[in-house]
Amino acid sequence: MSAITRDEVAHLARLSRLALPEDELDRLAAQLDEILSAVAKVQEVAQGDIPPTSHALPLTNVHRADVALPGLSPDEALAGAPAVEDQRFRVPRILGEEE
Amino acid sequence: MTATDLIRMSAAELGAAISAGDTSSVEATTAYLDRIAEVDPEVNAFLHVDRDTALDQARAVDARRADGAELGPLAGVPVAHKDVFSTKDMPTTAASRILEGWRPPYDATVTARLREAGLVILGKTNMDEFAMGSSTENSAYGPTRNPWDLSRIPGGSSGGSSAAVAAFEAPLATGTDTGGSIRQPAAVCGLVGAKPTYGGSSRYGLIAFASSLDTPGPFARNVLDAALLHEAFSGHDPRDSTSVDAPVPPVVEAARRADVAGMRVGVIREFDGAGFQPGVLRRFHEAVELLEALGAKVVEVSCPSFDAALAAYYLIAPSEASSNLARFDAMRYGLRVGDDGTRSAEEVMALTRAEGFGPEVKRRIILGTYALSSGYYDAYYGSAQQVRTLIKRDFDAAFANVDVLVSPTTPTTAFPIGERTDDPMAMYLADLCTIPTNLAGSAALSVPCGLAPEDGLPVGLQILAPALADDRAYRVGAAVEAALADRDGGPLLARSPMAV
Repeated sequence: MSAITRDEVAHLARLSRLALPEDELDRLAAQLDEILSAVAKVQEVAQGDIPPTSHALPLTNVHRADVALPGLSPDEALAGAPAVEDQRFRVPRILGEEE
Repeated sequence: MTATDLIRMSAAELGAAISAGDTSSVEATTAYLDRIAEVDPEVNAFLHVDRDTALDQARAVDARRADGAELGPLAGVPVAHKDVFSTKDMPTTAASRILEGWRPPYDATVTARLREAGLVILGKTNMDEFAMGSSTENSAYGPTRNPWDLSRIPGGSSGGSSAAVAAFEAPLATGTDTGGSIRQPAAVCGLVGAKPTYGGSSRYGLIAFASSLDTPGPFARNVLDAALLHEAFSGHDPRDSTSVDAPVPPVVEAARRADVAGMRVGVIREFDGAGFQPGVLRRFHEAVELLEALGAKVVEVSCPSFDAALAAYYLIAPSEASSNLARFDAMRYGLRVGDDGTRSAEEVMALTRAEGFGPEVKRRIILGTYALSSGYYDAYYGSAQQVRTLIKRDFDAAFANVDVLVSPTTPTTAFPIGERTDDPMAMYLADLCTIPTNLAGSAALSVPCGLAPEDGLPVGLQILAPALADDRAYRVGAAVEAALADRDGGPLLARSPMAV
C-alpha cells in the first residue's frame, strides 16, 4: 500500500497554495511515497514515553525592554512590493463575488 | 606584492599585511575581483558581484585605517557572502525565482557584523534554493561546479561559498548549516567549515528555512581563518530571540593552541562502515590514528539513535519550512504572477508560488504540510520530535565520557552533477553524518583529511563538540591540520587543480 495517494497530494497542494499541473502531481506523489516510506522509521524508534524536543535550547519567554526602536519608513517597507497604491500594498480581491 | 601573492595568503596573513601597510584593502579586493572575473564563468560560485560596491567598502576601510582607527584582524579582507543573508546594498534571492532582484530594506546581523569588522563583501554566492539541498543543483540560477573537478557538485546548500573559497575567488565565505550545509560542502571542496552552536550566531535577517536548526557559520582555507571569521560575526543578538546570551567560545585561541594531548576522542560506531566509500573511511581512519599519535585517547562510542536522525530531520525541517515559506504570498515583496484583475488573491498566490518555487522547495512544502496535518501529526512530526530527544540523550551520554566525537563528514566524495537530481532520497543521504548535530543544537567542524585514493577528491573529518564548546572542535581540527601538513609537505588545497 502506498503511504500517500495522488488525491492527497492534490489536497496538500491546495492547502500549501501551490497551483500544480497534473503531471507534477503525479511525479510528486511517487516521490513523496518513497520519502514517507523511508522517514516512517521514526515511528519504530520513537516508542514509549519519550518527551518531544521542539528546540535545542532551553529558552522560554525571551523578552526585550518595552522601548520603541526605529523601524522601516513607509517607502522602505513598500520598496519591494509587486504593486503599490496610495502608500499601501495593492492586492488582488480577497473576497469572492457572493461574500 | 603581486595579485598572486595576495590571493595565496591566508585571511589572517592578509589582514596582518593590510594592517602593517604592506598592501591595502583596495589592492587585495581588486586582486580577488579580477580572479572572480577570470574563473567564475566556469565555476558559477557567485549570483551577484558588484565591483564598485566592493571597492567602495575597501576604500572606506583603508580610509578608516589612515585615520588611525583601531580595526580588527580581518579588517580589509574580502569575503564571499551566501545569498541567504539580507544585504541592503545587494540583491538577496536565496537562489529562488520568487525573490529575483529583491533588495532587502535592512542588513542581516551577520552582514552588519561583517561590515563592522571591516570585511569587504565581494558579492553573494549561489546555493540550493532556500538552502534546501546538498549539491547547489537546486539553484534557480544554474549549478555551481566543484573546483577540484568541474563535472562534480561543490556540495550544498552553501556550494557557491565553498566553491568560491576553493577556487581562490575569496579567502573566506559565510554559509548556513541546517542539516550539514556548511560542513558537507567544506568537506567535498577540501576546506574548513564550522557549524557553530545553535544560537551562537544570529538568524536575524537570514531567510528562514528551518528555524530550530538554521545556524550561520564560516568557510575558510584553514582552521585559524575559520575561527577568526566565526568570532567576527558571532555573539548575542537581542534581535534574535533564540540567540544565546553567553560569551563566544574562544575559538581563535583554540585554533592557535592546536594540541590534543590528553583529550578524549570518541569514534562514532554508527558512522564507520557499511554505506561509506572505502577511500573516505581509509582517510578517516588515518586521521584517527594521527590523533592517537598526537596524544589523544581514542575510544569507540555508540550513538544508536543517530541511525534515525536522517528520518527525523526530513520530517522536522520540511515541517518548519512549510510554515516559514508561507510568507512568500506575492503581496508584500517578490514575484507576483497572474494578477490580471480577474483572479482572487488566493489564486494569484497559488500561481505565483507554483512558478516562483523550484521542484525541491515544492516537495518539502508538501511533505511538511503532510507531516503537520491532523491525523498524521503524531505519527510523523510528533515521532520525529521524540527521536530528537533520543539523539540529544545519545550526545549527552557520549560527552559524559569523551571531549569530542569524530566521524567522516560525508559518506562519499563529491558526486557528478546530475547523478542524484531525480532521486531525492539518494541526495538526502549526503547529510547522514552531519544531521545529528543540528537536531541537538551542538557544535561541529569539518577539516580536510586527505584525498580519497579511488577518485583523488577531498575527504572531510568531522569533529563534534557539545553546545557552547565550539573551541574544542577548533583545537582538534587545528592539530589535525598541522600534523597533516607536516606529513604531506603542505596544505591539501595546494594540490587542487585550481590552486594559485
